[in-house]
Amino acid sequence: MNDVLQLTLNGVATGCIYGLVALGFVLVYKASEVVNFAQGDLMMLGAFVAVILITKYGFNYGTAFVVAIFVLAFVGVLLDLIVVRRIIGQPHFAVIMLTLGLGLMIRSAAAMAWGPETRTMPTPFAWTAKLDGVFVSMTYISIIVGTFVLCGLLYIAFRFTRVGVAIQACSQNQLAAAYVGIPVKLMLSIVWGVSAATAAVAGILVAPVSLVDVNMGSIGLHAFAAAVLGGFGSILGALVGGILIGIMEVFGAVYFQDAFRNIAPYALLLMVLVLRPQGLFGAVARKKV
Amino acid sequence: MRFLYKTDFMDDIRLFKHEGAVFWYAVLAGSVLGAPLILDQFLLGELSFVYIWAIAGLAIMLLVGFTGQISLGHAAFVGIGAYAHAYMLRHGIPFLFSLPLAGFVAALAGVLIGIPALRLHGLYLAIATLAFGTIVEQVFAGWESVTGGFRGFAVNPPVLFGVPMDTETRFYFICLLFLAIAIFGCLNLLRAPVGRAWIAIRDSEIAAQSMGVNLAYYKTLAFAVSAYLAGIAGALFAHKIGFLAPDTFTPILSVQLLMLVVVGGLGTVHGAVFGAIFIVFLPTAISFLRESLPPSIGQQPTLEPALYGLILVLFLLFEPKGIYGYWLKVRFFFAQFPLYKRATFRRRRAYSRTERLR
Repeated sequence: MNDVLQLTLNGVATGCIYGLVALGFVLVYKASEVVNFAQGDLMMLGAFVAVILITKYGFNYGTAFVVAIFVLAFVGVLLDLIVVRRIIGQPHFAVIMLTLGLGLMIRSAAAMAWGPETRTMPTPFAWTAKLDGVFVSMTYISIIVGTFVLCGLLYIAFRFTRVGVAIQACSQNQLAAAYVGIPVKLMLSIVWGVSAATAAVAGILVAPVSLVDVNMGSIGLHAFAAAVLGGFGSILGALVGGILIGIMEVFGAVYFQDAFRNIAPYALLLMVLVLRPQGLFGAVARKKV
Repeated sequence: MRFLYKTDFMDDIRLFKHEGAVFWYAVLAGSVLGAPLILDQFLLGELSFVYIWAIAGLAIMLLVGFTGQISLGHAAFVGIGAYAHAYMLRHGIPFLFSLPLAGFVAALAGVLIGIPALRLHGLYLAIATLAFGTIVEQVFAGWESVTGGFRGFAVNPPVLFGVPMDTETRFYFICLLFLAIAIFGCLNLLRAPVGRAWIAIRDSEIAAQSMGVNLAYYKTLAFAVSAYLAGIAGALFAHKIGFLAPDTFTPILSVQLLMLVVVGGLGTVHGAVFGAIFIVFLPTAISFLRESLPPSIGQQPTLEPALYGLILVLFLLFEPKGIYGYWLKVRFFFAQFPLYKRATFRRRRAYSRTERLR
């Protein structure tokens, strides 16, 4: 029983990271139908900025966290202003390739600037409590709490602020939003900023567990599975999909061969796509001709 | 300036549109056949690489450029072809039988992924094929009795009618032969009803369906043919690199293949060949470039992926028709000489239809 509890905790924590990265995908996708394949690399960038701030410039954890979030938000807005905005309206294929190329560039630039070695992230959560035979790592708790706080904040922001409601309007119908006077382009830039900031949070939270190196963006692929599992247009779905995949991965690694750990999320993803192409939480919409 | 007057329905589907084209393609054929006389072994080897990449490029061009289905998992088909071919060679099946059979194995896998892909569009298809590619990569690593696991195994040079094709020159001609067959086959498919159905599906699925195109059949066929070609490319690739290990067939290879078609020119057969030249010769160009750059940049090991990414982004933003599109512009400039207008090729503002409603 303790094993199961332990694994569930680890799985939920891993899943929360996938969920956070997936959240970034979903935000941008809902607002502009652009799929950002560079999300994992933005996450890596966020973790790197925080680590460099802490180890090189002596920031404390909290300040580095906040500064990294703002830096990444700025990077996200820049990406939208300089590159992505030009390609909106082109076929999906072009957009996918564009973000793949951007991800490649971000990864290579990070490797050029900071080298290929792996770094550790000093955190204030590096201790473990033992509760009833279950080892509760504070790092995992910080991941779970951080995820839920961030999701709560995003929910409040989208539900109750003027900008948030305007962004919702854009994601429902850009043309209509433009007609009622919402600056759609500005809103899209803001969404890119928020999405990159989410990636930074995910990166910093996961850094103590996964360590920081330039290839940590490959988590992004698992997060994709999460986003699709939840149906690509649903924020709740992204989170649930992420947690589901995290739990599957952890249990799969213990009860099956280790190879299963890597296959399980993708096999599940393929199954869901075949049986329910719109994802677990996706809305079914059909075009009438 | 040449004006083409079409006086016959056959004019629309002729392989060579006019006598000039016949002449220039004959020159091209002569020069690739004569290349071994002039080029040294290294360049010849690189050219064989170009031909293999071009076959793989044709594979993905059929699927992405002509049928409009995205695949982020084509490395899997290349890998399946390579392993199947090597496995059959080890069990004594001669090269000439093993190669098409390897293609068929890959095509079977293509049908396998093609059938579930019928229900998926755009983004979801991209992710499903990505998942498929990752699973296959793990299978390569795990299925040790066939693939040798992470240790991999060596592949001998092909033997044709008892003659080992172990020199660069002999292997060059094999690659050239298969590329020629592949190009000819693709061109014929594309001007036949099959190709027209594919293009119709790319342009609008709903319109194609209402014109009587059987979507399920033609999409699965596209996956099968594409996987077949990718498998053949994989089999040749196995001989070329002489060693198979699972880390050759990662999603990075799939992305490179997509990059090939984008940079070469989406939706053109020429594009596959141009893209292959780009993919093979860019690393060589970069290594020349390294020496002339200041060491702080020139010695960076990640210069290559960075440049790949940059070039991809620049092409997507400024020349979405790829190298072939640029070539068309240049040719048009000279054909029209003093009268060339930039507006001829101006991109029309495109509004993509939402994919949320299907």
